Amino acid sequence: MNSARTTDRRVFLQSATGMLTGLVAAGSPLALFAPSRAWALDLTTLTSPEGATVLAAARTIAPHDKLEDAAYALVVHSIDASVAKDEGLRRQYQEGLARLGANFASASEPARVEALKAVEPSAFFQALRTNTLQVLYATPMAYAYFGYEGEAFSKGGYLFRGFNDLRWLPDVPQADSGPVLGSA
Amino acid sequence: MMRIDSNDDGAVVIIGSGAGGGTLAHELTRRGIKVVLLEAGQRQSLASFSQVPGEAFGQLTWLDPRTQSGTWGVAKDFPGLPVWTCKTVGGTTVHWTAATPRIRPWEIRARTLYGPVAGTSLIDWPVSYEELKSYYQLAERRLGVTRRNGNPGMPASNNFKVMYAAAKKVGYKRVHTNHMAINTRPRDGRGLCIQQGFCVQGCKTGAKWSTLYTEIPRAEATGNLDLRIQCMATRIEHGADGRVSAVVYRDSKGAEQRQKARIVCVAGNSIETARLLLLSESARFPQGLANSAGQVGRNYCHHISGFVWGTFEQPVKFWRGAVLAGIVEDETVNEPKRGFVGGYHLELISLDLPTLPLVGLPYGWGRDFAAIMEDYRNMAGMFICGEDLGRADNRITLDPTIKDAYGSPVAHVHVDEHDNDKALRKHAQDQAAKMYESIGAKRVIRSLTPPATHNMCTARMSANPRDGVTNAWGQTHDINNLFVSDGSAFSSPGSANPTLTIVALALRQGEYISRQMAAKNI
Ligand SMILES: Cc1cc2nc3c(=O)[nH]c(=O)nc-3n(C[C@H](O)[C@H](O)[C@H](O)COP(=O)(O)OP(=O)(O)OC[C@H]3O[C@@H](n4cnc5c(N)ncnc54)[C@H](O)[C@@H]3O)c2cc1C
Ligand code: SF4
Repeated sequence: MNSARTTDRRVFLQSATGMLTGLVAAGSPLALFAPSRAWALDLTTLTSPEGATVLAAARTIAPHDKLEDAAYALVVHSIDASVAKDEGLRRQYQEGLARLGANFASASEPARVEALKAVEPSAFFQALRTNTLQVLYATPMAYAYFGYEGEAFSKGGYLFRGFNDLRWLPDVPQADSGPVLGSA
Repeated sequence: MMRIDSNDDGAVVIIGSGAGGGTLAHELTRRGIKVVLLEAGQRQSLASFSQVPGEAFGQLTWLDPRTQSGTWGVAKDFPGLPVWTCKTVGGTTVHWTAATPRIRPWEIRARTLYGPVAGTSLIDWPVSYEELKSYYQLAERRLGVTRRNGNPGMPASNNFKVMYAAAKKVGYKRVHTNHMAINTRPRDGRGLCIQQGFCVQGCKTGAKWSTLYTEIPRAEATGNLDLRIQCMATRIEHGADGRVSAVVYRDSKGAEQRQKARIVCVAGNSIETARLLLLSESARFPQGLANSAGQVGRNYCHHISGFVWGTFEQPVKFWRGAVLAGIVEDETVNEPKRGFVGGYHLELISLDLPTLPLVGLPYGWGRDFAAIMEDYRNMAGMFICGEDLGRADNRITLDPTIKDAYGSPVAHVHVDEHDNDKALRKHAQDQAAKMYESIGAKRVIRSLTPPATHNMCTARMSANPRDGVTNAWGQTHDINNLFVSDGSAFSSPGSANPTLTIVALALRQGEYISRQMAAKNI
């Protein structure tokens, strides 16, 4: 999360190739996980329009309407960081993004789906899809959104915190399972 | 730490510290035999296991390149990652989910029972079930397997409640929380399972058996083990008499080293075991070691596997709880009227949020894909583990172009699916779907075939030296002081998760080697 910082860090405006900004909705439970309500992402290699295209593409690939842009911005950040390190990848992304067209980010969802389908067989799209899935579902914001609780060792696991709290189906007979040791 | 001189030719050198190699190292050292254990990976600990799924994967997984081909889905869907194994002290027993069913008596007689199935290379095991059984019992004691020897079963998790209700609804009878190498009570100096569900990232309580914190420290405590970490064996050498004499390896700094040996045991997990034997070709053995019959690398089996997910109206929270603690055994029968020979298990499974979309779902993106993810909370899951049939041309070879960091050709994995494999998979997927639908699933999702986690049969035991690589003790037919000590030695894969059988065979082999050494036969 160290790259989604507050907008008042003026330094970005001087150094950045591109920048994406946004606002986490007030009262959203995700506000707890986002570093601040207003976020800004400084891009080192991609331009602002390219960053916006990646963000829109990530939203089209994994459309979760109530998941904040801030989570998708981390996909942009990750791709920006990898293309900065790899010349071949940078070219692949820049050419691929160019094929999606200048209006991709503002196009309707069906139009964006069509544009992505047209490039689906390309290495560019496959990399974009994999990167999106890899980064998006590993963000704390996605964990919160999907209800995934993540690491549990530090909290003593789920043994006494609901590993068996499902009540809408009958319990399993002891003969086919086993006791919860340590409980009454 | 005990150190064995590199010119000492009295020691046993074991390559790989996983289920097979780690167990064998303990068995030999506790009998007073000196062992050099070479392990390519680093050593982690309960404290150092990362609980961030992506990070844990990087910490433990074998990421050196491998290539692949053939009609199996993995070739297209997971380029570069045909199989999923570890490179770390403890091998893949650090990652494993610890389900420990036994191979069934009839499964070790595949050729006799299934008959000559066209397009396969089936053989029977050269070991009787009676004999195997006594080593299963030993292995189950060693691992503390649940529902055996008075060890309580795993308690039922949310995910298992769904599996159980669904299985009963369709009439299955043999359904329980599986046999697991996981402590359900403190035992063997390790704690009990606290149902974290992070078995694959490394179990931070140590409730799950792994050679990393059981067999290996015990072997070290005997004073007879010289464990060398980040040491990658690159070839096995032989002397003028044709017997193996030394192992060449790269140490943690990349420098080449040579350790003399009285006996060499290879336990690199089927792919690497076959690769190392092939890499060790010489003027005398131009096809590689133990390969006079051309069988090294052939008959590769990986189990027919895949996930079936059901989504429901209400929450399941399937990530809570031990990952594989559930099994349906009713389909573990040979009933050709189902349209295929061999059987399968349905086992419980969950995947963490980051991993599910990467390996657990069919290829997809857009609204339909996202709709599945939206139901993550309400998802229950099962893992198919079925017998695949050995085929001579499903095999590990040396890649003609791609090399690893030390300049050795990497392993190439080729698998063409047999019609029997496809029929078994379809049956298993249909049954799993029927189960979830019978209790009102909103939707059932069938995954792609994931990278293979079970790797077997690439240096198989055979009664006839023409049909395989080793005899009934994993001793190679060609070279009497060269052994295969992992799942490569299985004659056929059966449908049980392989590790209990790997351990049982390692316990048996340890006994055999020490007797043969005492008798000066090797
Ligand atoms: C996610 C996952 C879940 C699993 N769950 C189960 C389960 O529930 N039940 C079950 O029975 N099985 C399970 N398995 C499979 C199980 O982990 C393996 O069957 C078992 O660990 C294989 O033992 P092995 O000794 O053959 O190899 P490994 O345990 O993989 O050990 C091999 C070791 O050899 C080292 N090595 C390889 N080549 C060289 C070389 N040239 N030089 C030096 N070192 C080398 C490797 O680094 C590795 O550490 C699972 C596997 C995975 C990936
Ligand atoms: S669920 Fe049990 S076995 Fe798995 S990681 Fe947690 S404590 Fe270990």
